[in-house]
Amino acid sequence: MNKVIKIENGTKQGVLNFLEHLITTDKISGVLTLRKINEKGICDYGFISDAKELKFADPFAPVMPINAAQTLSSLTPTTKPIAAIIKPCELRGFVERVKRVQGSMKNVLLISYTCGGVLPLNTFQGDGSEKIIADYYNAISKGETPGSIRPTCKACEYFVPMMADITIPLLGNSESESECSLIMNSEFAIQISKEFQCEIITSELDSKIIDKVLAVRISEKEKLYNKTKVTKDGLDELVNIFGKCVGCHGCSRVCPICYCVMCDFESHNFDYNIEIFETELEQKGALRLPPDTVFFQIGRLAHMSFSCVGCGQCEDVCPANIPVATIFKKVGEATAGLFDYIPGKDLEEAIPVMIFKEEEFEEIGK
Amino acid sequence: MDETKFTPKIVGFLCNWCTYAAADLAGSSKTEISPLFSVIRVMCSSRIDHNLLLTTFFNGADGILIAGCHPGDCHYDKGNYYARRRYALLKNVMDTLKLEPERLELSWVSASEGKRYADVVNEFSKKIEQLGPNPIKKSSVF
Ligand code: SF4
Ligand code: SF4
Ligand code: FES
Repeated sequence: MNKVIKIENGTKQGVLNFLEHLITTDKISGVLTLRKINEKGICDYGFISDAKELKFADPFAPVMPINAAQTLSSLTPTTKPIAAIIKPCELRGFVERVKRVQGSMKNVLLISYTCGGVLPLNTFQGDGSEKIIADYYNAISKGETPGSIRPTCKACEYFVPMMADITIPLLGNSESESECSLIMNSEFAIQISKEFQCEIITSELDSKIIDKVLAVRISEKEKLYNKTKVTKDGLDELVNIFGKCVGCHGCSRVCPICYCVMCDFESHNFDYNIEIFETELEQKGALRLPPDTVFFQIGRLAHMSFSCVGCGQCEDVCPANIPVATIFKKVGEATAGLFDYIPGKDLEEAIPVMIFKEEEFEEIGK
Repeated sequence: MDETKFTPKIVGFLCNWCTYAAADLAGSSKTEISPLFSVIRVMCSSRIDHNLLLTTFFNGADGILIAGCHPGDCHYDKGNYYARRRYALLKNVMDTLKLEPERLELSWVSASEGKRYADVVNEFSKKIEQLGPNPIKKSSVF
């Protein structure tokens, strides 16, 4: 059971009232939130420091213009407290980045919510999006899984935030139009909201709703994985899928985990020169240009898949419609599973490649 | 020579302090060792990263053997424990993607184990011979 702030307002308005209080009483210097940037409903992430600007905030919009973990990395460390209202997988991505010293959780009031998933960028902003978004909110208020969300969102088991200072029940909350609860998970959250005038009760997330959603998500995940031939047919299928890759590396640019400033795959290590061409041509008689179909992805999978939070951003931006996120999520589940690791669950849990146990994998090398 | 017979090309990344010395020992005691085994000397098994291994595969190696000091005996104290984790990781990725993880192997061979070195190499070579050539080798799509 936790301390819970009850606000007499709809969930969205209630959260905005709370943020307004934090800004106007100078508890925080601003808040990172999704906001609408025009009449058409296009959204971006903005850092709002003037309470008047909060009217544009749309913190629960089912869209991910960027994985906010990347943005939070650039906003932190900060000497003055800030707030961020982000989705559970963005929060996990941020935790993974902090583990890699690409940001700091200190002075960040992390607010998150039980997440119904996000729509692909083109659905959220495309024709007929108003109706799709209305249907989306309707479905999630009933704890249903909207058909329109990203494939990896449908298959996401981690829709309850981990490591959030404040959790907001949104998914399956039929009262979200009329009431707002903020579940306080940390001392920081309790302290910073002390002066906020409100009713305080003790409560927690409704486990019946969580279990119901979880069951659906798990079965959706099985379906998604079964569809992915790439983990069944080996190299041929991998070539089949990545053969149409245009080599833009967009998938790694938008990934909250791929933070390396100088990606090895963009370094001179992967330059081709005439000698390499000649040797390869001698052996193979032909050459793909520009080179590489699957090396980039296998390399990334080995390098970071155990930290993949399954946000789906890579798949959404891929111009070639390659199911990148599905593959990373599936492979990542296996690599993380080797070390009983859940990415973004706990800041204290070390990244698997940074530690070892003497008594493990003892059958290897015998 | 029989043209159709497949002779595998295997690359061994050997730790300088133990397995490389074991290879020396095997050589000087005239133990018979599979000829198509190219040795790359590294200062520690932990020197080997994933892209090094993948580059080796994509450049046409049929098999890769990583060999270093037994757990507890690493010259740099704990390097081989990190190497073991990394190896397990890449094996796991290859396994999930059905990319013939058998082509990658790790073995601990100390400086005094010349005989074990020859056995490990010959056994691995035989395994790769049975597996056939690395499909990446002749294909122009990579
Ligand atoms: S985003 Fe798609 S096309 Fe671009 S590099 Fe990644 S897989 Fe290839
Ligand atoms: S690999 Fe794709 S799904 Fe996984 S964290 Fe990166 S962007 Fe998100
Ligand atoms: S020095 Fe041999 S494995 Fe580290």
